[in-house]
Order: sequence, then structure tokens, then C-alpha cells
Amino acid sequence: LRSEDPAEAHAFAADSSARDVERRSLLRACCALAVTRALRVRADESGAEPPPEAIAPPQPNDWLAYAFGARTGQPIALADLAPGAKQITAYPLDPATRRVRDGTRLNQLIVVRLAADALAEETRARAAEGVVAYSGVCTHTGCDVTDWLAPVQHFKCPCHESEYDPGDAARVISGPAPWQLAALPLKIADGLLTVAAPFVGKVGFAQPGSPAGE
Amino acid sequence: MLARSSLGSSRRVLPAGAVGVAAAAALCALASPPATAQAAREYSAVTDARLLAPEPRNWLMYRRTYDSWGYSPLDKINARNVQDLVPVWSASTGTAEGHQAPPIVNDGTMFITTPFNQVLAFDAASGDPLWRYQRRMPPDIRMGHPTNRGVALYSDKVYMATSDAKVVALDARTGRVLWDKAVEDYNGGYYMTMAPLAARGKIMVGVSGGERGIRGFVVALDADTGKEVWKTYTIPGPGEPGHDSWPGDSWKTGGAPVWVTGSFDPALGLTYWGTGNPGPWTGDRRPGDNLYTSSVLALEVDTGKLRGFHQYHWNDSWDWDEVSAPLLIDVQRDGHTVHGLVHPARDGYLWFLERAESGISFVAAKPYVKQNVFTSIDPKTGRPAYDESHKPAVGRLATYCPSLWGGKDWPPAAYSPKTGFLYIPANENLCSQMEGEEVEYRRGQQFTGSTNSDFSIAAGATHIGELQAWNVKTRERAWTHEYASPNWGPVLATAGGVVFEGGTTDRYFHAFDAATGKQLWQYRTNSGITGVPTMFEVGGVQYVAVQSGWGVDAQGMLGRIDKARGTETVVPQGGVVWVFALHAR
Repeated sequence: LRSEDPAEAHAFAADSSARDVERRSLLRACCALAVTRALRVRADESGAEPPPEAIAPPQPNDWLAYAFGARTGQPIALADLAPGAKQITAYPLDPATRRVRDGTRLNQLIVVRLAADALAEETRARAAEGVVAYSGVCTHTGCDVTDWLAPVQHFKCPCHESEYDPGDAARVISGPAPWQLAALPLKIADGLLTVAAPFVGKVGFAQPGSPAGE
Repeated sequence: MLARSSLGSSRRVLPAGAVGVAAAAALCALASPPATAQAAREYSAVTDARLLAPEPRNWLMYRRTYDSWGYSPLDKINARNVQDLVPVWSASTGTAEGHQAPPIVNDGTMFITTPFNQVLAFDAASGDPLWRYQRRMPPDIRMGHPTNRGVALYSDKVYMATSDAKVVALDARTGRVLWDKAVEDYNGGYYMTMAPLAARGKIMVGVSGGERGIRGFVVALDADTGKEVWKTYTIPGPGEPGHDSWPGDSWKTGGAPVWVTGSFDPALGLTYWGTGNPGPWTGDRRPGDNLYTSSVLALEVDTGKLRGFHQYHWNDSWDWDEVSAPLLIDVQRDGHTVHGLVHPARDGYLWFLERAESGISFVAAKPYVKQNVFTSIDPKTGRPAYDESHKPAVGRLATYCPSLWGGKDWPPAAYSPKTGFLYIPANENLCSQMEGEEVEYRRGQQFTGSTNSDFSIAAGATHIGELQAWNVKTRERAWTHEYASPNWGPVLATAGGVVFEGGTTDRYFHAFDAATGKQLWQYRTNSGITGVPTMFEVGGVQYVAVQSGWGVDAQGMLGRIDKARGTETVVPQGGVVWVFALHAR
């Protein structure tokens, strides 16, 4: 059970007549705290903080690894993907440390292999052998994009039914999602799905009062 | 604004005209509130005595009273003059999605909540903003249902249950955070949307997550400190009665969420909570009754001890949460008083139960919308028998009515002691089809395991939404108002003989004659209304208030209706609180 207590932080904001000097130091304190917290996006069930390499976003030359199932944590090979089959949920894997970057679900990826002629130009440039990867976090309210509409080859979010077209930059086909999923350019190296470049686009969803994709 | 990440922020708000100063001061969550704001405002502490017998002018909790009637004893606005209602002030919330919370009013101070766990305090008569608390969600959260159903008041504090599974206590005068306490881990699929229930020094909440493999519970926190007083799971653990209604480890991820405020009978010392669906959605993967899903539970207010239950339907396979708390309505029958529990259920039946110290017993049940799943109800126990052809399973596509959103979803019904009528916001003529599919439990992720969940509309149907009035004593329907649109409107009953609700896609707020169902007034607002309407009085003037802001499940259902009938219905989003009063002629 995760326990963090903003009450601590607010306790020292109690005095509404704080002098300017105090206010500046409060601002510094709260901003520093916020930065720390922004990194602390996930603690696992034991409450342990994940190491920095586990919460870093996907880096070029990272492999992609299974997020779930019998092969959790193992690299995904091109040969593992059948064209047109339901998306696989993955995380980036740092080949140097062999650490899966699963310290935050903002790194969760969805991967499908599509027919080569099903890819729009922009998407083809990011694809490797028809394989495309996107952020698995819905841009509407952050649910996991886990459903697959096989007849039309679209991703679907089970929470509010946003549909995305993976063959065309994951643009929104229908539903409340405001923008497409962030795309992760891929290449194939030694038969493994490998990150070619950082995310293109915004990961996650916008909250009121904050810049989109913060 | 990275500086605002993760932390909720509260600040006092200056009246219009001083906005620039307020904006400049709002650099960071912890910026001091402007010292020049208002002079200290009177705030009436909320005591148990006041919650037990609220002044007619006030609306101090989700349904105003512990019996969950949603009834105001005010009557200056009545069936003769309601057509003179005009808006006297409104305010934007700055938020999209489903606005469901009642404007809760304590001696002239109004509190509303919005999606993403914002709390706004207003001067209830003038509309002057007093303060705002804006919570920042963790960036990795899954907001399955971006909504909130309101605050609880106790002593000099305001309480909200949050989407990241915490309860936050705010100073009612300033909005300052006093404590902020996690009741579970949001990464495990737990979240909260309900208005807490405050009684006897405790703040009680339940958890959402029936679609994410949670194990539901109700927890009571100390109102002063947030310390846990008791916690009762809605799925019995090993060794507890009812545990054997779950095969294997299925109880660990079986759902039974609690996401609507409970009722409370102070004489019995018992709180009554509705529970939601089991997971995964189709019951073939968890053979058994799956206690205590789709049930009402009687929990001791002081200890949380389970004192009784009634399961409306066993082995739910239709996503029929029964989370609305039953209304406590006593009727005279055959010369004695029946202490009733009345529940218009998502399963399409209107349930009449009896509450006592010893537990809950079945009295009667009858359908209030078309229902094709139950073949009979055991007259002694109330246990339904099923037509298996309308029960979906893995590899078995089934059509069933009402739809997965039920005859009535969460929007609360209301009861008027003047008419003796129960007012049900219903949806008729909708059926779902669903098929189960294999699903693997993944912590925090969707765990419904269903597919093909499309809608159909009954052949020849001329309407979907209904407002129904039922005579609780005779158990007969008195009148029905039909809407072409679906209806997601929580109901307000009043001593003035007027019933209010929004609920429709055409954005109207409606008023009906409580006795006859005749529509008396309507007003077109900014968005569709799924907010709980309330009535209050300040300075001798009586007001009706409601939030308008369409979203979440109302929007989801509309999407499926549009798909089924090939239409595209536009309901603009964005929340506004509206306050109406009689126009002086």
C-alpha cells in the first residue's frame, strides 16, 4: 500500500500571513518537492522506489520486452508478431543493465504488426517491418489501451471506447480521446524490436489546469 | 507549471475585480492566500445533532438526510409558482466530464465538487467564490470514471474522496488541507468517486474498481485525524461466512465495489451500503453466488461489523452494480409499521426489504422496466431464478434487458413523504449484448473480460428515459413521464409538490408536479445535467441548485445508443453550477 501524505507539505502553508521571505522559501521548498514527486510516479507493491533507469522514458537502442504473461521481461523478436494480431503490451528494456523500464506505467507500450500496405506515410517511416509501437496510455483519462478491433485493425480503450488507428499515427477514429497516442519509432536489430528514436508526441492525458501532456 | 505537480492546492478566491491579484499570487500550490480576501465569515459547525435533524434551510449531505430521501421540506417554490423560476447566478467549474455532485449548503456556504477532485466554495446566495481546492492527480493514474459525487460536512471540515483513492479533509472556511489519507493504492485499481458519509465522529467511504479486479470494502476514518477506525471487506475472506461462494482465489479480485453514499438508521446504529458487480463480468468464471456483490449490506456504524445483507441477484453476469443505497422508508401495513428499505435496482426490479436489528429481510420485488433475465422471484427469500439464454458467458453471446447500465444506474431516486411516492430516474427499452472472453488479471488494469457489448433498442420504442413515480405503500406505479432521450438525472423531491431533475441530452432542467407528473417548467442549461439537484434557503429566499456537465457513463451510453440507431448526438461538455430562485412579479 502506497502512502504519501501531502498534508505534510501543506502543513507549512498554513499561515496565510507569511512574509515575503518566508513565501520565497516556501516556493522553493514546494517546487523542489514537486520535482521529486514528479519522478516518484510509481512505487511497487512493496513501496520500494524504482531506480532511475526503470523510470527513464524509452531510449534509442532499447529493446522492447513483454509486460505480462509467461515471457514477462523477455525481449520481443520480430518473429513473435503475427501480422494483424492483437497488440502486445510491452516495456522498454535497457540492454546495458538488462533493466526493464517498468518503474512507471507511462512507459507502457502497445505493439502490433500490420500489413505493409496498411501504413500511412508518416507511420511507415517509424515502422520496422510493419511493426509499430505506441504509448499504451489513453490520451483521454489514462486507461490502458488493451482492446483490439481485429476487423478494422484499430486499438480500442476499454474505459471510454476511444479508437485509434495504428496504421496512421494512432490518430483518433472515435471516442473522447483528444489526440493520438505518442508514437515510438522502431528498428529491428538482431531480430529484436528496438527503439529507433524517442517518443513522438505526448504521453498520458491532460488534466484541468495543467499544460497538456505535462 | 511543474511546481503544482502532484500536490493539491487550495486558495481563497477574491471576488471579481481583484482577479489579477489572485492570479499573480497563484504561482504555486503553496502560495499564501491573499490576506485581504474576505473578513472572517461565519461558519456553522456541523454536529451529529444537525445531521440527524437538519434545519429545513440546509442541505448538509449527499441526499440531505440519512434516510437518503433527497427531499427538501422547503415549500415557497411550489407547483403553483415554479414557472417563475429564473437563474440568479451561475459559475463555471473550468472542468469537462461528468458533474454529478450536489451543491451542499450549510447556512449560506455552498460546496461543490467536480471531476478531477476540485472543490469550490461559494456564497450560496450571491455566488461569490470563497475558495477553491484543486487536486493534481498523479500522472500515471487511470481515471476510469472522471467524476466525483460531492463532499461530506462534519464539524468545521469538508471531506472529499478522491480518484487516487484518498480522503482529503479541508478547512471549511479556507479550503486548507488538514489531512490527506490513502485508503488504498490507486495503482491496484482502486479509486473513489462517492460523497463520504459522516456520522458519529467518522468519515465513511467505499472504493470503486469493480472493473479492475479489486476487493471492495467500506472504511471508516476518524473525522479529526483521518486514522482508520474500521474496515469491512465486501467480499468475505477465508473462514468468514460466504467465502465459499467464490471458487479458488477469485475472491481476491472479485470486485464488489461501493461507490455511492450509504444510508444510516441512527435508531439501529446501522449503515446501509449498496455493492457493485463482481469481476470478471460474466459469472461462468466464478461459479457461485459471489457474496456480497450486487447486494445491500448492513454495517454497524461504530464497528463496521456486518449485521445483515440481501443479495439482489447472485452470480451477476450483466454488470448490474447495485451501489445505490436503499431509501429508508417506513410504511403502515396491516396495523403495524414496516421499517422498509426501498431500492430501484439496476437489475430492473424495484425491491422492498425490511430492516431490523437482526438484519435485512425480503418483502417484495417487481420489475419497473422490461426485464428478460429473471424467470421468478422466490417469495420467501427474494432470490431470483434466471433464464440462462439471457446470461452471457465465455463463448456465449447473450442479449439481456435492461442494458448493462440497468433500469437505473447511480442517479439517486427521491422520496416525498407528502405524496408517499418514490421518484425513479429510469431508462427503458434498452438491451445489451455481451459475450465473455478470457482475461488474465493484471494489477490495476481492466478486468472485465467481455466483448461484443453492443446495444439494441426495443422494436417500436418511442422513448428511452422515464421519470417514474411509485406509491411506496401500495407498490403501484402512479405516473410516468417519458423522454425521447436517455435519462441520467438525479431527482430532488420537495415539500412544494415539485420534483426536479435534469438527465436528458437536450440539456434541460425539468420540474414536474409531484402528484400528477405534469411538466411545469424547464430551463435549458449549458450541458446535460447529471448533477444531484438540491434546495436551500438563505435570508428568507429559497433556491434550487444543480450542476450541469455531461460526461462519463451518460456519454458512454449515448455513444452506444447513437451507434445502435445510426445517429450522432452532440451534448456539449463543461461544468456550470446553476442557482435558481423565483422571479419577483
